[in-house]
Order: sequence, then C-alpha cells, then structure tokens
Amino acid sequence: MTKLNELTIAAARDMLRKGEVTSAELTEACLSAIDGAGALNAFVHKTPEIARDRAAAADQRIKAGEAPAMCGIPVGIKDLFCTRGVPSQAASNILKGFKPEYESTVSQQLVDAGAVMLGKLNMDEFAMGSSNETSCYGNAVNPWRRGNDDAALTPGGSSGGSASAVAADLCLGATGTDTGGSIRQPAAFTGITGIKPTYGRCSRWGIVAFASSLDQAGPMTKDVRDAAIMLGAMCGHDPKDSTSADLPVPDFEAALTGDIRGKKIGIPREYRMDGMPDEIEKLWADGTAMLKDAGAEIVDISLPHTKYALPAYYVVAPAEASSNLARYDGVRYGHRAKLGQGDGITEMYEKTRAEGFGHEVQRRVMIGTYVLSAGFYDAYYNRARKVRALIKRDFETVFADGIDAILTPATPSAAFGLGEMAEADPIAMYLNDVFTVTVNLAGLPGVAVPTGLDRQGLPLGLQLIGRPWEEGALLNHAYVLERAAGFVARPAKWW
Amino acid sequence: MSIDISTARKVAHLARIAVKEEDLPALAGELSAVLAFMEQLNEVDVEGVEPMTSVTPMRLKRRKDVVTDGNIQKQILSNAPDAREGFFAVPKVVE
Repeated sequence: MTKLNELTIAAARDMLRKGEVTSAELTEACLSAIDGAGALNAFVHKTPEIARDRAAAADQRIKAGEAPAMCGIPVGIKDLFCTRGVPSQAASNILKGFKPEYESTVSQQLVDAGAVMLGKLNMDEFAMGSSNETSCYGNAVNPWRRGNDDAALTPGGSSGGSASAVAADLCLGATGTDTGGSIRQPAAFTGITGIKPTYGRCSRWGIVAFASSLDQAGPMTKDVRDAAIMLGAMCGHDPKDSTSADLPVPDFEAALTGDIRGKKIGIPREYRMDGMPDEIEKLWADGTAMLKDAGAEIVDISLPHTKYALPAYYVVAPAEASSNLARYDGVRYGHRAKLGQGDGITEMYEKTRAEGFGHEVQRRVMIGTYVLSAGFYDAYYNRARKVRALIKRDFETVFADGIDAILTPATPSAAFGLGEMAEADPIAMYLNDVFTVTVNLAGLPGVAVPTGLDRQGLPLGLQLIGRPWEEGALLNHAYVLERAAGFVARPAKWW
Repeated sequence: MSIDISTARKVAHLARIAVKEEDLPALAGELSAVLAFMEQLNEVDVEGVEPMTSVTPMRLKRRKDVVTDGNIQKQILSNAPDAREGFFAVPKVVE
C-alpha cells in the first residue's frame, strides 16, 4: 500500500475529491516524513503550524466542492521564494533573520489554490551552484546512493533541497527556480520531473533575484502529469512583474494526450560532446527511439552556437547578479557587520558583504562587476549579449523549419559525490549546465524527465526543449517519453 | 585577459566586498581563469548582431503613474538591522 506522502499530486487530488483522504492526513504524513529525514537536510525551515492551518482550510474547501487541483496538496517551497513571516534567506547568511512582510506571487498563487506549505527548501546560495554545496545551511543530500556505497551524493543544484524532498517523498511537489539549469539538473540527478517554463510564464515578483533575464520558477514533481497540474497553478500574468506575459494559461494537464504522431523531434548534433559517457549516449539514443516508436519523426538539426552558450551565460548571469545583489548593503534587511572604531559607510558595505556572501557568490559578483566596468563592457558584456541573440536565433531557425521539440541529455553525468568537485576549478562545475543553459539564454521552456539508470543504479534524465509558450505540447512529449521509458526505480530508504 | 593583483583589488572595491590583502593573489587567479573561459566568445562573428535586450519580444506594460501603496513604515523597517525613530540608521556619512 502506498503511503500518503508517496502519492502523486494527481492521485492525492482524486482521493481528496472522493473523500478517501483528507488534506490533514496527507499533511501529517509529509510532516512526519520530513521529521524522519533530517539526514537529507532538504527542509531548512519547517512550517508545521502553517501547514496544519492550510490543510484544515483546504479540507473545508474540498468539502464545499469548489477546490482547484492543488487544493490540499502538501508542497515544499524553495528558500528563494519570499514567504510572509517565514524565513526566506536564499540560503545566504546575508539574509539571516529576514522574514518578508509579503508573499511572492508564485507562492501566493499556490496558497490561493489551496496548496499546503510544509516549509522552505535548501538550495545553493542565491541559486548560484550546481550541487547545493554553496548553501549557508550545509549540503542537501541526494536520497539516491551508488549501489551499496554509502558516500553522500549531491542532489544537484541550485534547487537541490526541492529535488531531494520530492525524490524522498517528503512532499508531493516542490517549487524550484531555474536560471541555467537549476530545476532540470537536480530533477535529473534525483529521478524526478522538473520543468522550466517559457521566460515570462511565472511571475518573478517576490523571488530573490539572481539574473533577472534568465530566472524562471517552475514545479519539481514525481511525474509529468503532476508537473502539468502544479505548473498551471504557478503561472499566469502578474502586473507586479513587467516581464510577466499577459497570456491565458492553458490547461496543461488536458494537453497530455499521449499522441505525438507526426511531430518532428530535433536531435541537435552539437550536443554530442567530446568525452560524453557511453551511458549518456545510449540514454539519448534510447529516448530518440522511444519517440520514434511513438510515431514522431526524428530530424537531425544543428544549433551552431551551442558551444558558446556557457561562456555567454557566465558573462550575462554574473553581470545581472552583480547588479541585483547590490541591494545587500546591510541597511534595509539582513546581516550587518560589526563595525570598528572609525568605520564609515563604505567599510560597513564592504565588511557586511564580505561576511554575508559565500565564496561562489563573491566570485560571481566580482566577475559581473568586472565585465560591466568601464573599458570592458563592450568586450565582454555586449559581446555576450550578441552571442546570446545568435543562440536564440539558432532555435528560432529550427522551430521555423517545423521542429516541434528538441531532445537532448539533461546532464553530462549522473549525480556526483558531495565534495568530489571541491578541488576542481569553477569551470568544471559550470559544465553541469552545458545542456541546459541554452534554454535559459533563449527564454524557452525545457523539461527534464527520468528515463534510465546508470551502471551504479543512479537516475539519468533526458531534456525536451519546446517552442515558446507551448508548455502543454512540450509536456505531452515528455509524457510520451515517460510512459515509454517506464522509469519506476526508487531510492532505497537509508535516512 | 589576465587579472593582476591591483585589478583584483579594484574590482573587489567596486563590488564593495572586503578582500584581505593576502587573499588577492588567489582571487586574481580565479577571476583570470573564469575570464579565460569567456575568451571563447571572441571566436564568434557578431558583426551586425544587435545585443539582446529582451528575452521575449514583447512591449513592456505601462501602468498608471499613481500611488497604489503606502503607510507601511513599520513593515518596511521591520527587517532593518538598525532602525531608529522611523528611519534606517547608518554610520555617519557626512564629515
């Protein structure tokens, strides 16, 4: 018998509506799973009182028969989302003690839909990282292990706590954010589904900003149907975010017909990287065959500027971050350094930011400062923005040629060990995002779906990239892939 | 482009992050490595390409220039490390 915290959102919704379970019961099951999973360090601020209140309210609403799909569903919220009265630190010491007086639009929409917040989830500091190792809360841990080896593995990052929590059944779904792959890479590392929607689908209001032209929120869930349900509740136009799209939100779940006959799937040759592990090659080939068997037409395509996506990203994202993170000055919120005799305001800024920001964040802020500084703006920042335009044009060209979706690996490897990359240079860590950053640079929707296991028994995922604003069609492709792959493996419980 | 110690010192100051003198050589090395990675962008022919300013081609929404909020001084100051008499307090800035 499936435990209540192991249910999918869709199954829980159906049972709630039939009166077979209450939100209060689902919520208690998740809260006790969370209490038993301290070793994963996924939930970093627990909110059981809020959860119980919202569950009771949801049960009333369900009884009254007017409950939306997410009503009564227990979820986790990434620490990057501001939640009223609840610590929202972006996993940074510089926001220690910060309790927002407001609620992010996305988390408010989940509240309005009746979803139950269980607490805040671990992540890389300011979403800068691919392994959850830059968090001020310490590492989140992947529930998956390599066979009988008890070495702790990364759940990926930056939405590592979200991925770990969903994979370990601590919640039914979680919010994530994705600036260069921060939803899709951790989803792939933990055997779950994660979608980054089209830039502008989800409001960014109230989400701690990293790189504003790249950041998007999205759901991380146990399967594709759940991703469709939860995405529907998260997105929609918001006048408080000027880049939020004023477009109707379609019924994404209704788009899951399982029929992709005649659709054209692009296989980009530039994603076949030198030194790509055989297992990733095979996973990709298998996924291609699955879509072909489902009646799709497979087309070799070229995205010629792919190689330049990572360097362009690591100019644009730090540049925007250096500007966004200028607000952490020790004046209005968060940490302020203790000042010495005679210290003025400049020393206050410099000491506060040195103490409050971790190493990776400091490095990115300084890189961003450098590429935006007088004399280098054209050589780095403007050039990167031009290359970004070319990367976007690559995608526009293949979509104009009739491609419906693009299939690529989600990550260049399975989850690696925590600490294994400590001695590597930052570029080696950045390579985790090699298949995912292009999608952020072009503002497209992308979804990661688990489709296989590696030799050591760790999950591997594929990525599908869709046309802008066509998340429904994209999720339908993912649904076909999910059904064909039949990925049912679960991590053995050790925590 | 390699970053020397004095450039690293300057960048740290521009970013308002205190870096100890003895940490500057390592910082300069790290920044240089990341910049070397970015040098690849020089291989791309960007002649005649406009730098991207907007991810999705849409006109930014306009809103009425009116006051929609206010009288929330307490909430605004509630997270301040040092607030006094309804103001954010900072070290003396005028000599």
